[in-house]
Amino acid sequence: MASYNLSINGKTYKVEADPKMPLLWVIRDLAGLHGTKYGCGMAQCGACTVHINGNPVRSCTLPVASAAKQTITTIEGLSDDNTHAVQKAWLAEQVPQCGYCQSGQIMAAAALLKKNPNPTDQDIDTAMVGHICRCGTYPRIRKAIKAAAQIMAKASN
Amino acid sequence: MQTTDKNLSRRNFIRLSGMTGAALTIGYAVPSIANEAVEIFTAQKAVEQGIELTAWISIDKTGKVTILNHRSEMGQGSFQVVPQMIAEELEVSLDNINIAFAPGHPSKFGSQVTGGSSTVRGAYKTLLQTGATAREMLIEAAAKKWDVSKKDCYAENGFVIHKPGGKRSGYGELVEEAAKLTPPKDVKLKRREEYKIIGKPLPRQDNPFKVNGTAEFGLDVKLPGMLYAVIERNPRFKGKVKSFDDSATMKVAGVKKVLKTTAPVFAHEREGVAVLADSLWAALEGRKALKVEWDDMRIERLNTDQLYSRMKEDLKKHALSQRSGGNADGIFERAENKVEAIYETPYEAHACMEPLTCTAYVQGDKVEVWGPIQAPDWIQRDISGRLKLNPENVKVNMTFLGGGFGRKAFMDYTYEPVLLSKEMNAPVQVVWTREDDMTQGPYRPGAVYECKGSIDSERINSFQAKMAGQNMDHQWSPNPDKTAFNTNTTEGFLETYFESIPNYSFGDVPTESPIPVMWWRSVYSSTNGFAYESFMDELAHEAGKDPFDFRRDYLQSDRYQAMLDKFEELTKWKSRGKNEGWGIAITECFGSPVAEAVKVSKNANGKVQIDKVIALIDCGWYVNPDIIRQQVEGAITMAIGAATIHETHFNDGMATEKNFDKYKMPRINNVPEIEVHIMENNELPGGVGEPGLPPLAPALCNAIFDLTGKRIRKLPFNLDEV
Repeated sequence: MASYNLSINGKTYKVEADPKMPLLWVIRDLAGLHGTKYGCGMAQCGACTVHINGNPVRSCTLPVASAAKQTITTIEGLSDDNTHAVQKAWLAEQVPQCGYCQSGQIMAAAALLKKNPNPTDQDIDTAMVGHICRCGTYPRIRKAIKAAAQIMAKASN
Repeated sequence: MQTTDKNLSRRNFIRLSGMTGAALTIGYAVPSIANEAVEIFTAQKAVEQGIELTAWISIDKTGKVTILNHRSEMGQGSFQVVPQMIAEELEVSLDNINIAFAPGHPSKFGSQVTGGSSTVRGAYKTLLQTGATAREMLIEAAAKKWDVSKKDCYAENGFVIHKPGGKRSGYGELVEEAAKLTPPKDVKLKRREEYKIIGKPLPRQDNPFKVNGTAEFGLDVKLPGMLYAVIERNPRFKGKVKSFDDSATMKVAGVKKVLKTTAPVFAHEREGVAVLADSLWAALEGRKALKVEWDDMRIERLNTDQLYSRMKEDLKKHALSQRSGGNADGIFERAENKVEAIYETPYEAHACMEPLTCTAYVQGDKVEVWGPIQAPDWIQRDISGRLKLNPENVKVNMTFLGGGFGRKAFMDYTYEPVLLSKEMNAPVQVVWTREDDMTQGPYRPGAVYECKGSIDSERINSFQAKMAGQNMDHQWSPNPDKTAFNTNTTEGFLETYFESIPNYSFGDVPTESPIPVMWWRSVYSSTNGFAYESFMDELAHEAGKDPFDFRRDYLQSDRYQAMLDKFEELTKWKSRGKNEGWGIAITECFGSPVAEAVKVSKNANGKVQIDKVIALIDCGWYVNPDIIRQQVEGAITMAIGAATIHETHFNDGMATEKNFDKYKMPRINNVPEIEVHIMENNELPGGVGEPGLPPLAPALCNAIFDLTGKRIRKLPFNLDEV
């Protein structure tokens, strides 16, 4: 066991954890933030995606020791009032069905748009191909990313 | 009529959330504006504050309406459409109401099994009536209060209004008196043209919670003092535990106990060893250190090749006939133009994004269960039966489901935590890893079909289908009647075909296998549809007819003809390009016919790609067209996966694909443009969640035949290798 001060969504969480414990379980079970989901445990599905220093990372395979001293953002930190452009677009396009993978999808989309405010279909494929949605919301995810890009463009004008 | 429920009140969860600090929910206050901060409340709070008017509806004195959703929400939209139906007749807006999941209570809510695409078609009359009944009680209470005739009063947007005098009273002021009235019988329902919200593409009420992480799924249930359990189960289905060594496991910090345990697999049992710990991580680490010796000598160790050889051998046997007309055997024997084909379909995992999990707390003779559950009433019956308790002593609560597709209507994963909680005298959450979820089944059964048909004067003279595959029904009994035919061999086949094809026969040969199998989105239709609609295309080709015109000849009812007219217009079938690959298929299951057209082409590398899918569903009277579109889009994507990407194989009696590295899933780059259209008519409501799945695979393979001349009869196939 070791002690870590984790910066999650702008707050500091002091946790005692086995250094090899994946960040996913630290976020869910020690920090108590349940929006980040377990899907596969081997970085294949993307349900556990969070931002580390703004980049999308699979928290299910990242040991907590590697996440210390980094800036971690989870779905709860994107906005808790659904005002982030990606959340707005996800609601406007009615993307979610079961919703389980959507935290990861949204975090990946938010990271993509931050780096690339006007992504092509190919850019969207590249950024989102690591995310599985069994409900098959992919066509709407594509539309919603484009809609979010427009929302962001309007906001910056 | 007060609904304060002692079992609900007993609940005392603390959500360890750093963000909200709020109590845990099975209810959600729907904000009137999507971006308004989400209010989370307990179902307990809503129910205690409100006064129950009918089983589904309670209203508090401020006029706040709570509507219960008695079905599970696994993505298919019950959280929206159940309230949408009730609110229409209750005359309330869907903005600013509470929606909560009803616990399992079949005597109150009727069937709560969320399967067979039944939420709307199975319950719409009851739900419309419950809304109208409550409305009439509120109107009657207002009329009494004002001493006027209730005929002069009407309800609108949460108020009762006296038309001549213009007096108004909110539902909150009326609910106490209304609840004392005897609910009227035979209330008048609105005509369809009077609907204000039914039929509108209103945004889903659950989605605000699904874009910010606040929707609660099974794994998000946290109880004070809860132990986490992971279970090393026998990797061979129905296998037992011989012995285990937990010495290393018990040294892992946080591990509390290691126990041999069991779970029902239909009429059998499967044993495993549970590691219980104070955190999930400790339980997972403890499990890694566990050594188990299995007893599975009696389990047949099949591999996939053996299974399919067995099915093909079975096809040589006489079929158990489900349905026949004319003299198909005799006609086929004598026919000059005949076609024969064998179609193969794979075993498939449900692979819900949320792996299985369930939480239970057994206290004396009371049991409470929380989880992603498709059938709360079945689970209540199952647990009370196994523990010999009254059903009222077993409370089953549904969370949101991270996918279901049939898997979460099974009773294995719900019984495991009950047994462990009883043993530990503490709440227990059993968590299945992805590997557990993918390797334990039950699976969609693979099946092999033999189709035979004959053509006479460009028309079908005979159509025969024989299915060899596991009969799901045989698993529920240790000694099933294996002389009984499978009642689902005609699933997916359009009923009208039976009227227009003179000679036909459908039957099966049940294949023996130890693999547990179960409903998988659209069930038998998901494989039948591939065989039958591929074969229909082969017959059209043999007859030298256009596959669209060919099918039209056999679908001589006004409903199907209208559908085909619309489909022809949508696909621009007659003017499709000469060098484009187009295929169609039409199937019908769970009350809704669906036609799909697929367009394929060759990409720059000469590989076949799916360019577009056009779907037309006829689900009759409907509630929310956008949810219908969502469901058909999703069903098509799932079908693309099962047709061209994934399959569960078996080796030495165990599943080979354990995670998404091997069980590849359709991803964003595998999905083409999808157009979904809905027929407008006044037919009875049909299912929505499943019927869009079966036509995709045959339409795709028919399109590939159209493009390349190559007939694909075995799923899954690799598009790159066509």
